Amino acid sequence: MANTKKLSMKQRYSALTRDLDWESSYVSEEELFPHTKFEGIKIHDWAKWEDPFRLTIDAYCKYQAEKDKRLYAVLDGFAQSQGHLTLSDARYLNAMKLFLQGVTPLEYQAHRHFGYLARHLNGPGPRFAALCQSIDELRHTQTEIHTLSNYNKYYGGLHSWSKMHDRVWYLSVPKSFFDDAISAGPFEFLIAIGFSFEYLLTNLLFVPFMSGASFNGDLPSMTFGFSAQSDESRHMTLGLEAIKFLLEQDEGNVPIVQGWIDKWFWRGYRVTALVAGMLDYMLPRKVMSWKEAFELYFEEQMLGGLFKDLEFYGITPPRHVEHAIAEKDLLSHQVYWTLYSFSFAAAFTTTVPEAGERAWLAEQYPDTFNTFYKPRWDKAQAIIDGGGRFFFQGLPQLCQTCQIPMVFTEPGDPTTLCQRHSVYRGERFDFCSDGCKWIFDREPEKYVQAWMPVHQIYQGNCGGPSVPEVLAWYGIQDGDNGEYTGSLDHLDWRRWHASEPAVASTTKES
Amino acid sequence: MTSEATDVRKVGVDLQEATEDTRRVVEAIERDNEDATVSYLPGLVKIQAPGRLVVRRQTVEDLLGRPWETHEFQLAIVSYYGHIAEWDDDEIVIKWDH
Repeated sequence: MANTKKLSMKQRYSALTRDLDWESSYVSEEELFPHTKFEGIKIHDWAKWEDPFRLTIDAYCKYQAEKDKRLYAVLDGFAQSQGHLTLSDARYLNAMKLFLQGVTPLEYQAHRHFGYLARHLNGPGPRFAALCQSIDELRHTQTEIHTLSNYNKYYGGLHSWSKMHDRVWYLSVPKSFFDDAISAGPFEFLIAIGFSFEYLLTNLLFVPFMSGASFNGDLPSMTFGFSAQSDESRHMTLGLEAIKFLLEQDEGNVPIVQGWIDKWFWRGYRVTALVAGMLDYMLPRKVMSWKEAFELYFEEQMLGGLFKDLEFYGITPPRHVEHAIAEKDLLSHQVYWTLYSFSFAAAFTTTVPEAGERAWLAEQYPDTFNTFYKPRWDKAQAIIDGGGRFFFQGLPQLCQTCQIPMVFTEPGDPTTLCQRHSVYRGERFDFCSDGCKWIFDREPEKYVQAWMPVHQIYQGNCGGPSVPEVLAWYGIQDGDNGEYTGSLDHLDWRRWHASEPAVASTTKES
Repeated sequence: MTSEATDVRKVGVDLQEATEDTRRVVEAIERDNEDATVSYLPGLVKIQAPGRLVVRRQTVEDLLGRPWETHEFQLAIVSYYGHIAEWDDDEIVIKWDH
């Protein structure tokens, strides 16, 4: 049989990935790979890096092409059938606006930086894995833009996401997170993004967004999400291999890696705070609460599974993780209230949760919602009933590390705002939590350089001193921002569904 | 292995619910992993098993009625937890290392 000549997966991987590598003779290894020493990580044998996927370039191209074909078939069908009219509600798209503005640009940054790793890591195994991930991330960027561009024809907030990502206050949260990672060394980046973000936290980001899309009639976003996630499982593997490889190579790597896990867990976790607000408040049809997602994807799978595995190497669960656990009953409410209060300056709209949503929130958060958060919404509703709409007047103090307004509360006391500060070179810097203060204190010379959106407005770098001037500089147009009820999206949606029986619409009748 | 005495930690994989092919893959996993539990989220199938989870090419091919290479699993997988201990021509094994 001719088939007996066919190489097995292991042999193909070895022949096409490892055997194509060569040793440099004109320059030393140090000259060829100059960036893999300065972080203090010691690697003795790069050949020990394993890639369980055993992916080769031909298999990679074949399956990625198949994934794209499936996705674009869905996009075309959805556009041709006016699929946007079958969404659960126009306000659902606020979740996707946040995604496009906040996450898609990170995919592009990841593309660039994994391209850098594909050049600069010494071993051919990790270089090839990084190359595949770099191409994946570019595919994610492109498919997300293509998918959401269809909605841009009909809805606000989707037109200037790239510019907004660089300028708008709440988007500096994900942007500064990724800038922090790509300005670190190659090994720290692997732990920051490859391990902490892609393995520890990715499920909290993608699965809620995509299940939410599925449940709210957004077939294209669900499809790009799951298409991207199918690459993500490879990325998770790269992250996990990276950490095990570093820990196995040298005992001296363990404390360095532990420090990075401690830092990047908290950095990444703070970014997912935006997801918490989205999941509990922006989806008209709820999938699962933030608390439930956190318990399932983080506490059970990561703390209960992964960290038991890493114990073997002397790795302990991330510092400050107990604060994240204690916060799961509070996080989404504190974040969404902030978004509600400041959405006049955002490229999405917000609204008071409807009666059914408030009942759901009370059920999901029996210990906190009715006691601490429902009274706020009652107040906001009373203002609306009186013909007004509450917006916060003034600019908030931002945390110097995560750049989220300082809205979180003291551990164990949901009624007192948590405020920490450090003094560095005679200047005071403020933080939202012990986790963010700890990160700053490790590397103050890095974080003092942060581009703080509120400070920048006060320094006159954001278009001018008035709100309309700043909004114009952000690229926010009429219809992008503010209250959902009565917004352009809301009015269009009502008009498009006017000929249908009233039950077909889930929008609030005001 | 001494893990028998203590709690056996679960491993798991999340698959896209969408396609006919995936349904056969889920069926194959259920067949080859007696202790596996299957649950559903919108658009998603979540399969969990104590200790170890295996996907066997032969079982999937029997159910699909056509050749299936293990690389094809990449079209269905959304996420997993555990460690990919083996991924070769015949099977994919997910378990914890330690």
